[in-house]
Amino acid sequence: MTNQHDALLDLYRQMVLIRRFEEAAAKAYSQGKIGGFLHLYIGQEASAVGALSTLTRDDYVVGTYRDHGLALARGMSARSCMAEIYGKVTGCSQGLGGSMHFFDAERRMMGGYGIVGGHVPLAAGCAFAAKYRGSGEVALCFLGEGAVSIGDFHEAMSLAALWKLPLVTIVENNEYSMGTPLSRTMSVADSSTKALAYNMARDRFEAKDVLVVRERIGAAVERARRESLPTLIEVQTYRYRGHSMSDPGKYRTADEVEARKKDDCIANAERSLRALGAGDDVFARVDQEIEAAVDDAVRFADESAEPGEELIEAYTYA
Amino acid sequence: MAETTYIDAIRRGLLEEMERDAAVFLMGQDIARFGGAFRATKGLYERFGRLRVVNTPLFESGAIGAALGAALAGKRPVVEMQFADFVSCGFNQIVNNLAKTYYRWEAEVPVVVRLPYGGGVGAGPFHSQSPEAWFAHTPGLAVVAPSTPRDAIGLMKSAIRDPNPVIYLEHRVLYRREKEDLGEGDLTTPLGRARIAREGSDVTVLTWGWTVHEALDAAAEAAKSGVSVEVVDLRTLVPLDEETVFAAAKKTGKIVVVHEATATAGYGAELVARLADLCFEHLDGPILRVAYPDRPSPYNKNLEKELLPGKAKILDAVRRLARY
Ligand SMILES: Cc1ncc(C[n+]2csc(CCOP(=O)(O)OP(=O)(O)O)c2C)c(N)n1
Repeated sequence: MTNQHDALLDLYRQMVLIRRFEEAAAKAYSQGKIGGFLHLYIGQEASAVGALSTLTRDDYVVGTYRDHGLALARGMSARSCMAEIYGKVTGCSQGLGGSMHFFDAERRMMGGYGIVGGHVPLAAGCAFAAKYRGSGEVALCFLGEGAVSIGDFHEAMSLAALWKLPLVTIVENNEYSMGTPLSRTMSVADSSTKALAYNMARDRFEAKDVLVVRERIGAAVERARRESLPTLIEVQTYRYRGHSMSDPGKYRTADEVEARKKDDCIANAERSLRALGAGDDVFARVDQEIEAAVDDAVRFADESAEPGEELIEAYTYA
Repeated sequence: MAETTYIDAIRRGLLEEMERDAAVFLMGQDIARFGGAFRATKGLYERFGRLRVVNTPLFESGAIGAALGAALAGKRPVVEMQFADFVSCGFNQIVNNLAKTYYRWEAEVPVVVRLPYGGGVGAGPFHSQSPEAWFAHTPGLAVVAPSTPRDAIGLMKSAIRDPNPVIYLEHRVLYRREKEDLGEGDLTTPLGRARIAREGSDVTVLTWGWTVHEALDAAAEAAKSGVSVEVVDLRTLVPLDEETVFAAAKKTGKIVVVHEATATAGYGAELVARLADLCFEHLDGPILRVAYPDRPSPYNKNLEKELLPGKAKILDAVRRLARY
């Protein structure tokens, strides 16, 4: 098989892992095994997977509460992610943070953040540190289109442009901010135009093909790495599930959702792989592998212990 | 008679005030057709239309600042935060602008900011906080925290009519759990008046919000072993009803202050200080405090339950003090 085939297969596998992982999490939520909040990324996988495939292991990643896809694409283990969702001590935040607050310093996954928009300046800070050190790392920051209205976003863009920070900011426009369609939260349809006010490079494209995502984000990452210049990118995508598990999604029709599912990033990648020569056996193997990994993660989470009070005490101050 | 839940009482308060006064309008994220994250405003958009039930973009500072401007221009806005925790994003507008506009210019700013708050549902460190002390500390703001449907509607109506900015704390666990028959009529609850939730003669518990119910449960339990507990539901933290609070404190001389917020510099510390100053001669023991430990909320629900100042912890303090 060709290099192209192998590279795409790797991305495909990551996308399938994210989807199956989240389906399992959704099931556990419905069974009452987990509570709190659960924001699924299903439908948007190509965005995180394509984007993160352009990074080196030292680059920084910062995201929102919709962070399972980012975490898995960054190489965090399904076990530690599922255990965190289950609130167990073996989770990436010892069960203290939950689904919205994944973190892995070693992989420079600098966290999922629950307070909308507040994380964008922080990503600029990571980029500043990298620039200051002259170490060549890049920071990648994800947010939703709803968050573009928040002051923190603009403050971060202002800073990134002024200081020429190696920051790539990715607005994942999934068309809804909870139950509010984009047209009711923003005066423009294209959030990347906000870059104009800051004299910053921008881009905008659909995340239906993971290779396109990889190429376009890759160009911005290169600009950040080589020229130390920020870019604002709008990735057009769609979430198939509700805002979180508690949202029945009545603000859009079932027809709309079904129509969008027809142009699915995983199905598209499968089609491309078949065109490159992949046969049924390849997909059967991936399915099997992923199923085993997800089952293992669920079992691990189920059987892990809960955090105790001593833990929280130990983690309140450094 | 049909019973009304706490959240329905909030909605009825909003609805009746909107009908009574055309200047009253609502602002918030997804509060129109969606009805708000907790559906507190469900149906109001259909009834009052888009000019009076206004969806804002996703921001808090912008919403509270715009509410202040609208109030200066004659409106009476009620702003919903999706979670109390997010009000931190509107902090400047509240503590600098809302709170001090009357002081600077004698301009009334009748703005109500609704804060769905509190833990108990495993929502983690950023969706569980009880932020009343942040605002009680700032002169110029009134702070209310109803624990029953009756006071949820009553304080909502009074808050909307009040000429001052009011921080209205509504506890999420009580939304659908607490129910009562409200009956008809214009049900107001005056700001600055506490309520004796249970009469007793041995120990006095001072509290508000979710812990009122925990304290009542603890009081019922204590009664079985012959300890009579008076429970005071403050309802309004600022301005404090010193008359009722001090009278209840003096009655038993043994006081437990209970709140869900973290202990250090919580509003309970203010109560303890005032009691120590102004009721000292009547005290028959140390004033005890039952509060959340000085820690962020964990996501793990069982661990959170252990940390919350619930019935068992209150009972413990009551018993300790009764023996004193
Ligand atoms: C400061 C703040 N305000 C409100 C919220 C509640 N909230 C969480 S997610 C969300 C919608 C965000 O939509 P968007 O930015 O488009 O991202 P998406 O969820 O679609 O990925 C809202 C209103 C919050 N978490 N933080």
